[in-house]
Amino acid sequence: MLILTCPYCGVKAEETELAPGGEAHLKRVGPEGDDQQFEGYLFARKNPKGVHFERWRHAYGCGKWFLAARDTNTLQVFGTYKAQTPYPTDEIVAEIQKSRPDWKPDWSAAE
Amino acid sequence: MADALATITRVEGLGMIALRADLARAGDAIAEATGLALPAATSITTDGSRSLGWMSPDELLLILPGAELAEAQQALNQALTGEHALIADVSDARAVFDLVGAHAADALAKLAPVDFAALPADGLRRTRAAQTAAAIWRIDGGYRVIGFRSTGDYLATVLNNAALAGTTLAAR
Repeated sequence: MLILTCPYCGVKAEETELAPGGEAHLKRVGPEGDDQQFEGYLFARKNPKGVHFERWRHAYGCGKWFLAARDTNTLQVFGTYKAQTPYPTDEIVAEIQKSRPDWKPDWSAAE
Repeated sequence: MADALATITRVEGLGMIALRADLARAGDAIAEATGLALPAATSITTDGSRSLGWMSPDELLLILPGAELAEAQQALNQALTGEHALIADVSDARAVFDLVGAHAADALAKLAPVDFAALPADGLRRTRAAQTAAAIWRIDGGYRVIGFRSTGDYLATVLNNAALAGTTLAAR
């Protein structure tokens, strides 16, 4: 069972109160992108065994979308943060590295 | 056989107004128009007859006697002139149930993934009751449950089933 804290209302919501929304931090390919990039945006999804960032919606509560960082293998939750965040926050990264010292972010915030 | 865990009565005649607005900007105007303090997140404020519940970061629910509905709606419309806001009469869209009894929390515990015995006195929790959405808060001697009217019969059935006599959760 997965318990995530909604960052909007602070409720510790259980999995059945939430609706899953797939991978987080997808960036839409704009008009300058080619077909292959757009196909990637539509269909290519990460499926890691380990640290993963996901979208969730507090469907039976305040109804807001939020983002969660968790381990798909151990179900350890590293934290949740608001959807208006282009990349996982520094606090989330620090929390992940606390228990996974070798883990490195695969994005650079300057992008 | 023992009594039911809680007496369940369907409450009719309540007026409800859904309010959506930027609460940081329009909160004071709403508090003044409704005559109630603005509730903190996941809580409900009441003055006895009227209640103002926190539904989400940009949504409140005003619950009041049906007779005061039109007047309150007018007052809110006036108070929120110029604001980007929604004031909708949702009285007929909701089904309301009161669960009163010593073991009302036990009945709710069977339906929702929430510890209602630990709910603060002014707490309001939106969750699911079995398979339908509900908002639950404390009233004198028990809890009030509101759900959608379209699933109201279902809600009544699962509530009554969860409150069957002799089904308390504590070890017997």
